[in-house]
Amino acid sequence: MAKIFIYPTNSLILSDLVERFGHKPLAMMEKIKEKITTVGVDSPPINITPEDPKLGLKYAAVEVPAGVRGRMALVGPQIDEAEAAIIVLDSSSAFGCMGCARTNELTKFLARQKDIPRLEVKYPRTEEEGKYFVYQIAEFLKSLPKEEDEE
Amino acid sequence: MSGEDVDEITKIVVIDSESVLPSDAAMKIYESDVDITIKETCFGTMVTGPRDSVEKVVAEVRALDPNHVFVKQRGFPPGDKRRCRASRGGGPRPGFHYLRNEVASLPIISKALDEYEAYNPAEKEESPEKISPSKLKDIIESKL
Repeated sequence: MAKIFIYPTNSLILSDLVERFGHKPLAMMEKIKEKITTVGVDSPPINITPEDPKLGLKYAAVEVPAGVRGRMALVGPQIDEAEAAIIVLDSSSAFGCMGCARTNELTKFLARQKDIPRLEVKYPRTEEEGKYFVYQIAEFLKSLPKEEDEE
Repeated sequence: MSGEDVDEITKIVVIDSESVLPSDAAMKIYESDVDITIKETCFGTMVTGPRDSVEKVVAEVRALDPNHVFVKQRGFPPGDKRRCRASRGGGPRPGFHYLRNEVASLPIISKALDEYEAYNPAEKEESPEKISPSKLKDIIESKL
């Protein structure tokens, strides 16, 4: 089971497909869960502690807005941990929790810099594109080792 | 929330099926005898509880219609004051728009998964049956 970094990092479709084909998605939700359930870290309603922008310094320079560094404090370690990456381009829904364009650029950049198997596909808008999208992701995931770090 | 040492998770189960309704999934979950909490929503169900139980139940629900039931983890448990709109004065909760946007493209993905399954029989391929000795003997002795 390989750890797959997904972008968009909170995608239902990607997270589901990765799990469906037997791997572990590294998604934002898991990180958020850790953050809000760790006793002592919680500072509602924002959940970002003063430590997070400092952690983010590993991935973004000090003059970069704290928001980017705060986000990178969550996303960066996932990229470090990743054994493969799936990046979906042209996602019209990269807003809301995913709304920081600079973080998104940096995330994609760091994932591309890392020497790991990587798949880049476009978000599907038609049925034909959907078939291609699923086919590419499925074949990519099947090509990755499944039992690598189990035993 | 309960249990400090228990690894509790929440999963969102989104159903995009013609044969399985969100209520069917909810019934399936109610039938299971594990200690979990569920919340029915407009797009499916949210399941909260110990990791093992949640994963077991979610696998059961997914088995109802594998290519049309989608699952992802959720960071916040249902009803969390920081997200629940009841305590935030209404409006969609953060993250809802993204989910709604993806739910809109699930029919495309479901159909593609159906087709992928149909076009990739590689794993289901069965090896040909062994020839019985008598049949092999007949073939050897036959004069073509």
